[in-house]
Amino acid sequence: MSIKETTEFRKQVVEDVLEVYPEKARKNRRQHIAVKDEGCASCAVKSNSKTVPGLMTARGCAYAGAKGVVWGPVKDVVHISHGPVGCGYYSWGNRRNLADGEIGVDNFVPFLFTSDFQESDIIYGGDKKLETIIQEAVDLFPNANGVSILSECPVGLIGDDIESVSRRMSEKLNLPVIPVRCEGFRGISQSLGHHIANDAIRDHLLGKGPAREVGKYDIGIIGDYNIGGDAWASKKILEEMGLNVVNIWTGDSTLEMLQNGHLVKLNLIHCYRSMNYIARHMEDTYGTPWMEFNFFGPTKIRESILKIAAQFDDYIMEKAQQVLAKYEPQMQKVIETYRPQLEGKSVMLYVGGLRPRHIVGAYEDLGMEVTGTGYEFAHSEDYEKTLPALKEGTLIYDDVTAFELEEFVMKLKPDLVGSGIKEKYVFEKMGLPFRQMHSWDYSGPYHGYEGFPIFARDMDMAINSPTWKSIKAPWAK
Amino acid sequence: MRQIAIYGKGGIGKSTTTQNTVVALAEMGRKVTIVGCDPKADSTRLILHSKAQTTVMDLARERGTVEDLELEDVLVEGYLGVRCAESGGPEPGVGCAGRGVITAINFLEENGAYTADTDYVFYDVLGDVVCGGFAMPIRENKAKEIYIVTSGEMMAMYAANNISRGILKYAQTGTVRLGGLICNSRQTDRESELIEALAKSLNTQMIHFMPRDNEVQRAEVRKQTVIEYNSTHKQADEYRALASKIENNTKMTIPTPLSMDELEALMMEFGIMEM
Repeated sequence: MSIKETTEFRKQVVEDVLEVYPEKARKNRRQHIAVKDEGCASCAVKSNSKTVPGLMTARGCAYAGAKGVVWGPVKDVVHISHGPVGCGYYSWGNRRNLADGEIGVDNFVPFLFTSDFQESDIIYGGDKKLETIIQEAVDLFPNANGVSILSECPVGLIGDDIESVSRRMSEKLNLPVIPVRCEGFRGISQSLGHHIANDAIRDHLLGKGPAREVGKYDIGIIGDYNIGGDAWASKKILEEMGLNVVNIWTGDSTLEMLQNGHLVKLNLIHCYRSMNYIARHMEDTYGTPWMEFNFFGPTKIRESILKIAAQFDDYIMEKAQQVLAKYEPQMQKVIETYRPQLEGKSVMLYVGGLRPRHIVGAYEDLGMEVTGTGYEFAHSEDYEKTLPALKEGTLIYDDVTAFELEEFVMKLKPDLVGSGIKEKYVFEKMGLPFRQMHSWDYSGPYHGYEGFPIFARDMDMAINSPTWKSIKAPWAK
Repeated sequence: MRQIAIYGKGGIGKSTTTQNTVVALAEMGRKVTIVGCDPKADSTRLILHSKAQTTVMDLARERGTVEDLELEDVLVEGYLGVRCAESGGPEPGVGCAGRGVITAINFLEENGAYTADTDYVFYDVLGDVVCGGFAMPIRENKAKEIYIVTSGEMMAMYAANNISRGILKYAQTGTVRLGGLICNSRQTDRESELIEALAKSLNTQMIHFMPRDNEVQRAEVRKQTVIEYNSTHKQADEYRALASKIENNTKMTIPTPLSMDELEALMMEFGIMEM
């Protein structure tokens, strides 16, 4: 099929799939789905709006965005899930934000703290209990450098005053205690939770730390949660370039890093969606510049290294060239190893904040093509950033429903699907290779020069596994 | 068993009226339970001769959970064998009193507080129907009859109309009905006629006009109902009359709440409001 024919075919697929919906839902969903056509005449995608009730969305809630994404990875802080036990328990240890450190001493990431609300806490209010819990947590873990209070739904309904408890306990313990009003019913996806979490950092921590001299090569990484060690892989490249990574937000990060996020020459933003708020705030208030970068796959790494080095002096540029010279031949070998069996294979993605666009280049380095992509909770600027990265004919779907994604995959027949745990087994049972692109399954990192060989190996392993040849039952000819 | 909920503006005399009426029913040989649905827990004081026995929620809080309670801890017999329970709940400004009412009523039901020999359960509910919790007594399979205590004062009538709206919602989806208005007199002008007219507009009746009498306060100061304090007083007979009207009441209706304009027009007609 020519590109034009492919585009027309996929546009027809969209119509066919949406056909089953009642008219109102169909009209709504059609605005969220597009096929990139020539000149992008009709590729505007509506986003960041309420899911149609009854459709199966993969979205999370404000608490998921604030606790699971932004605050959870801060390792030297005790994070209290404040409310009934479920929100805490089911968000415990299922995001692969790795952190270095002695567990229970300077690393609390593997722990779950919850106020475990009972009936009487709802009726009489949970403020006193919260006070007790904060005290107990700090008594048990005297090395904790702070406490965050992540509010679950009922806390917002019964009007508990977690701000005043936090203020009181902060004074009493001489320790930052940060209330985060991320009740799950707020907003339409986890996106508002990111924003609320950013605001809490801004209001309670940023600029309130011990002062520090800003070295001329000091930089920060913003919005990298160190999934499978990604932030470490980025840090490695940046340090080999002669830069000094002093802060990471919030993968493997500390409270002090959050306090001093502005004390750098440049902030590099990885997940724009979840942390652009604070990056903009640091620029407006402290004049700290920021820029986006992408360390997925050697092509994008090269572009980003040169773009970052250009912000500094000749010394850094020279080092950057050395880094490229050192690693690119290694990456070439990786490509030579894997590209022959991946060439021409197609992949459909459905992920979160940045990967639906950032990993496109890494697939292309392996000769693969992204034929469909979409975000769970993106805003319009995320789609604007995405469109240039996509080939004509690419199917784009926002807040795609379980039904739509299954149908699209069945009709576009990709060789690989990359999405999350909710999708994984659906597609594997359909006999399709699948990789989790939120968590990297149990693998990673996928970032940087360290990550690309692992990424290439994992994609090859998924697509070319002999398992798929045996998946049909022998009697089902 | 008839389950009856008493609503009305705060301070209108719901608890006093309920307890005096319940004692009159008990005197007639009926087995009655009162469930106080108000964190203030003052719905059973005149029957138990002391304020607030241990409430369901306070005791649950002390012991850990509501599952740790025994029925006899919170259901206490008072004057003439009237059984009393209070939901209890938080002090003003914290937590969720509505949830307290829900939890307490569920506890009483699940633990068999309403025995087969019970003739009446009265729910004495705090002020207005402010949230779902305070509508708990009139949900499916609970109180099927409601009486609203009011007076000829404007705000009491305003509240009665608002409560009717709440009842309407549950009446349309369930079996709850309005049994009538109880006029607890404040000696306003043409009070009886006015409440009769309001009742008519609401598609109900004024089931009784309770005259104002200081004997009620005298009994109340002694933590007693009028029947116990001064059984032969004429006010005691008024409560007996109300009790027997409730016993024999068959006029159960779906209310027709008034619009603000209609309510104001009614008040103007009776000279309460002037243009």
